[in-house]
Amino acid sequence: MEYWNKTCECMPREELRKLQTERLIDTVKRVYHNVPFYREKMQKIGLEPRDIQSLEDLKKLPFTYKQDLRDTYPYGMFAVPLSEIVRIHASSGTTGKPTVVGYTRRDIDTWAEVTARTLVAAGCDKNSVVQIAYGYGLFTGGLGIHYGSERIGASVIPISGGNTKRQIMIMKDFGTTILACTPSYALHMAEVMEELGIKKEELKLKAGIFGAEAWSEKMREEIERRLGILAIDIYGLSEIIGPGVASECKYKCGMHIAEDHFIPEIIDPETEEVLPPGSKGELVFTTITKEGLPLIRYRTRDISSLNYEVCKCGRTTVRMSKVTGRTDDMITIRGVNVFPSQVESVLLEIGDTAPHYQLIVKRVGNLDMLEVLVEMNKDLFSDEVKKIEIVEKKIRNAIETTLGIGVKVTLVEPKTIERSEGKAKRVIDMRNI
Amino acid sequence: MIKQISVFLENKSGRLAAVTKVLGLNDIDISALSIADTTDFGILRLIVNKPDMAEKALNENGFTVSITEVIAISIPDKPGGLATALEVLQNESISIEYTYAFVGKREGEALVILRTDNQQKAMEVLKKNNIKVLTEEEVYSL
Repeated sequence: MEYWNKTCECMPREELRKLQTERLIDTVKRVYHNVPFYREKMQKIGLEPRDIQSLEDLKKLPFTYKQDLRDTYPYGMFAVPLSEIVRIHASSGTTGKPTVVGYTRRDIDTWAEVTARTLVAAGCDKNSVVQIAYGYGLFTGGLGIHYGSERIGASVIPISGGNTKRQIMIMKDFGTTILACTPSYALHMAEVMEELGIKKEELKLKAGIFGAEAWSEKMREEIERRLGILAIDIYGLSEIIGPGVASECKYKCGMHIAEDHFIPEIIDPETEEVLPPGSKGELVFTTITKEGLPLIRYRTRDISSLNYEVCKCGRTTVRMSKVTGRTDDMITIRGVNVFPSQVESVLLEIGDTAPHYQLIVKRVGNLDMLEVLVEMNKDLFSDEVKKIEIVEKKIRNAIETTLGIGVKVTLVEPKTIERSEGKAKRVIDMRNI
Repeated sequence: MIKQISVFLENKSGRLAAVTKVLGLNDIDISALSIADTTDFGILRLIVNKPDMAEKALNENGFTVSITEVIAISIPDKPGGLATALEVLQNESISIEYTYAFVGKREGEALVILRTDNQQKAMEVLKKNNIKVLTEEEVYSL
């Protein structure tokens, strides 16, 4: 099976544009009438649904920012009543509260459709055995790939993350052919396999779909070599739908975006001007089939470029280049998105003044480690070691609860963290991804 | 009670030397010191002759400092001297958080610094049992 949905994935561009136009017009009407947030935004600039008649009119519409989802937490931007929402997921927000997304029954169906396309592009079919080592839970990774795999009819192993030795035993014994996890976890698995003396020839692995964090061509080569598989890059974000927004085909020359569901744009992050194809800039998406949480021109903060040429594989859908960076200070650690400002808000709650802090990100073996340096000050200091250790533990627990990952907290002497003129350099990323 | 200076030190080389340098430059004399250390940091405890000045000088030089009240006692510098004093505290169920001692300041006497979980009671109990508790003037003029 070359494609999951040949009609949509290889649609002539003229036909695709017509489809996108119809769906865009419908979506704008729907959000205008059902989401007060969008109605107000549009009315403020004197825009009405009937002003949007073509894809060129897309640029008339206002942008949506992660802050907007935070301001309307939790359900303020849903376009349907809660009774029609059948699934809720969440991902990290810039400070305390997570970003909440909701799906109607049809959205879940759409989601399975787009992730199925992703899996088939990697060579999945009903005879495949798919091991999903993405986290199951509020994170969209696990369940997203799960529904797509089931849709295809593959045999799904919903193992979620962690317990690597067990994962490898299952991978070998259950005959996994497709692995879905973060790229750094795949490398970690390769390492543990070597420790256990298990050779890649003993496995039935054929391919892997890897995403949720940035990874280099060098990492891809290493994964392909050590696991003996085809390693495919996938892209998604829970605000748009989760995994399934875009995926490479076997030719690995850009990720095909499910354009019949999500319209991409590249903009200049400063001026917000739309840039021509081929230019590097910030990726923006407009969902045109989602019902629960339709988003207009959502700024992803990911840097990429778009290529509209027809691919060798026959797909006509636009390809986005590998994400090369962010326009904000978010970092991804073991697949989890972390904002330095989250750490700041935690520290503010501990003492009277927020101490100076810095995040050091390292890759030890193949796993990301986050160390939070916190400057000692009068508030935190005590004459007794055990009291300082209690404060250290309190800070660590608070940060771990907020971020959702384990961290190391190191107390350092005052004035040892670099001060800077403008924006403080909060993150020292020592990984060479 | 005596004022003890406590300083936060990262486990990096040169930090202790830096502290003693500041004190030296400010003409402050150290009578006793002790370091409590963990994997990542240490707390330096000092008895000096000018505690308030020491606090100010160290603060100005970027160290995190606090002043803790401790008890200083003088015991005979011979076997059993310390045991007698500690037994007195134990009989009244007073726990010792930390302690350190130094000799040579007074002929035939050892001076012991104590931090307990009940400072007031400890002072009374020691005095009642004829253990010599030193005043601030006596300690700062050592």
